[in-house]
Amino acid sequence: MTTRRTNPKVDAVIVGFGWAGSLMAAELSRANMNVVAIDRGPWRDTFPDTPLTADPDELRWKTRRELLAPPHDTTLTMRNTLDQTAVPQRDFGISELGGGVGGQGFQWAGMAWRFNPWDFRVRSETIERYGMARAEDGELQLQDWGITYAELEPDYDRWEQIAGVAGQAGNLRGKLTSRGNPFEGPRSREYPTPKLKTLRMMEIFNKATSEMGLHPFTIPCANVSQAYVNPLGVTMAPCTYCGFCSSYGCGNYSKASPQTCVFPALLNNNPNFRLITNACVTRVNKAADGKSVTGVTYIDQNGSEVLQPADIICLTAFQMENVRLMLLSGIGKPYDPLTSEGVVGRNFSFQTVSGADLWFEEDHINPFIGAGGLGSQIDDYNSDNFDHSSLDFIGGAGILTLSRDGTPIANANKLPPGTPRWGSGFKRAYSNYYQNYGVLFNQGTSMPIKRGYLDLDPTYKDPFGLPLLRLTYDYARNDRAMATFTMNRAIQIGKRMGASQFSAFNFAEKPFTTAIGASNHTIGGAVMGADPTSSAVNSYLQSWDCHNVFVVGASAFPNNGGYNPTGTVGALALRAARAICGNYARKPGALQKG
Amino acid sequence: MDDEDVRTLKAVFDRLIPEDQFGPSASKVGCLDFLDAQLTGGYGEASTLYREGPEQPHEEQMLQKAQFIAIPRERYRAGLQALRAYILETDGASFADLPPSRQDEILAGMEQGTIKLGMALNTGAFFELMLTNVREGYFADPYYGGNKDMAGWKMIGFPGARYDYRAYTDRTGQKLNLVPVSLVPKN
Ligand SMILES: Cc1cc2nc3c(=O)[nH]c(=O)nc-3n(C[C@H](O)[C@H](O)[C@H](O)COP(=O)(O)OP(=O)(O)OC[C@H]3O[C@@H](n4cnc5c(N)ncnc54)[C@H](O)[C@@H]3O)c2cc1C
Ligand code: SF4
Repeated sequence: MTTRRTNPKVDAVIVGFGWAGSLMAAELSRANMNVVAIDRGPWRDTFPDTPLTADPDELRWKTRRELLAPPHDTTLTMRNTLDQTAVPQRDFGISELGGGVGGQGFQWAGMAWRFNPWDFRVRSETIERYGMARAEDGELQLQDWGITYAELEPDYDRWEQIAGVAGQAGNLRGKLTSRGNPFEGPRSREYPTPKLKTLRMMEIFNKATSEMGLHPFTIPCANVSQAYVNPLGVTMAPCTYCGFCSSYGCGNYSKASPQTCVFPALLNNNPNFRLITNACVTRVNKAADGKSVTGVTYIDQNGSEVLQPADIICLTAFQMENVRLMLLSGIGKPYDPLTSEGVVGRNFSFQTVSGADLWFEEDHINPFIGAGGLGSQIDDYNSDNFDHSSLDFIGGAGILTLSRDGTPIANANKLPPGTPRWGSGFKRAYSNYYQNYGVLFNQGTSMPIKRGYLDLDPTYKDPFGLPLLRLTYDYARNDRAMATFTMNRAIQIGKRMGASQFSAFNFAEKPFTTAIGASNHTIGGAVMGADPTSSAVNSYLQSWDCHNVFVVGASAFPNNGGYNPTGTVGALALRAARAICGNYARKPGALQKG
Repeated sequence: MDDEDVRTLKAVFDRLIPEDQFGPSASKVGCLDFLDAQLTGGYGEASTLYREGPEQPHEEQMLQKAQFIAIPRERYRAGLQALRAYILETDGASFADLPPSRQDEILAGMEQGTIKLGMALNTGAFFELMLTNVREGYFADPYYGGNKDMAGWKMIGFPGARYDYRAYTDRTGQKLNLVPVSLVPKN
């Protein structure tokens, strides 16, 4: 660090410019605040990075993962239990961090969910329905979110409008229909664009699950189904089902991303906004009173240390980095896993995944036709949609099949058990089963445990010499039981679908590891709630300790739903922005009483 | 890599993906050129890996996956050297000169853990590295030097770097006979 300089003070600084950061920046600058966003990665956009002529490239984007931040620059360490020494995650694993502006939102798949109303009140609902012993089993650490689904509904709605989400309502203002998901929370209006087409794997799944009396529906996705103009005035084009979607950009302006849906409105001739790229924030600077902060410190691309003063600081650097920055800056009391006291690092959760690989005979799945978020799902075994009285767990999983990912390098691993992995036997099998492979993926809830948490690693450092985040975690007994239960449901469904061969999988039957990518949905560590002794932020994602810090991302979820997280991240970002523009700007201070 | 290493690697790749009724061999479609280009670039240097010490003896056990600080270029050099020494001792020959059935036996032994090429080498992981890379070469876009004439894609029926399937979304379950296309017009 050679020199040190100070930028002019602004109203708000946004740390990390992915979905959460760009949404907050857009809403704050619309309210005439003077905003600076700082991102560790370089500028990145459809042009020049992933135009139509460069996007359909499996090796570059999906195998070599050129859009992700390399572990070399940012990674974590892990262990399962407190008595172990954590080891660094050296290669890409469960964390697939954004490598440029737009964050992961540039190369995400686009499954665009709302959580189930139950997910926000797991603790209260479990006690009410199944008794205290189920909620307090000695291992779990359940706590409510401090808001309800109904309170968040308007923000979910606005997020979906911004992203152009394609879908079909299953619960319109309380009126249920089986054309959508009848288990979803009540929606105030239809999805902004109609659901996508039903492709071959979905047909097979829909038929089998309907015959079994279950309720299949098309997964809502941010791969828009028709030409669309969002509320920020940005235009999107219909998805072409190109299939180079999850882990890729979109050359077609069809996949919702910060670039496609937010940047044009924010960056074009906007005197209220400035973006600083290739700049890594290393610390939030606390004020002398300890109750507020004065700005952030970042290291620019020349290695110089720069101060960015601001009245409001929004941490939107993704779940993990949000938590790390809080720990590095001393904002909020670090969590102690032995006493369950403290809030920063608390309630890490993941995504509990099981399912089954399926193989058919003589079909033409045409897996190359698809979109990142396209698939069918049943929610009959998700959340608390089924009675758990006689079961020994809470929660469940969305059981889904996908119409995507027909790319040939990755799928060479998707062959029936016992098939040769090389030689002529491999070539024969792959020639046959490339067209006949499908998956049932159970995207399960994840419940936090007392001994699962995040803190700073005592040994390993990042390239700036700052400690890596250390994750201590293993699946809860509850979640293992859930994963086995839903795996068995997947096997039944797979049989009914007519699979000639199947191979069930359950990531939770072994100890948790960051090296094997069951999911990239890491959750918690700066969770929201109504009680400052068990949450780091209030229901507006405002730090209880420093009132001008807002911590936005999946870091705020006290537990994970059986869904992908980004819809809920988007809704919470919009809610936080609303609170800042409305109440906080007028009267800075705590927005809620602890 | 010296000529002997290249000869060995060609023989290994052509057992992993041999010439048969399903399509040409790995070397015929350029998988060695592919690997050469990959090892020369960022991939060969493991530029994305977190390589800071200390290395913990239990990294592999904790993560349930082989861990490497060594870069792929070094791993190939060490792996091929160990393979050469092993075959010289067991068969008194070069891998490339052995009959295919014996070559397969050795590869299967490496894959299944019954053959250990040396104390310092994770033999199973070296086998996986070669298998991963030969498949990449066979199925990546021809732009990268392998998959010549899109032979890998033709074998399985993958239409390549196409960008619009809207004309086909209603023809579910049908054979579409789409001619594959590559990112590069000629390869
Ligand atoms: C391949 C893939 C598929 C996915 N599919 C889905 C899906 O189908 N549905 C779904 O809901 N979710 C999906 N996700 C997850 C989804 O993309 C993320 O949940 C979401 O984008 C997170 O948004 P965010 O703004 O919180 O964080 P990010 O998108 O991670 O953005 C954080 C930003 O902060 C920057 N940053 C980090 N640290 C610093 C620092 N110290 N200083 C400055 N800047 C910093 C980063 O560069 C990044 O741009 C997927 C993710 C991937 C990678
Ligand atoms: S599948 Fe659709 S949304 Fe996804 S990259 Fe292709 S065109 Fe874009």
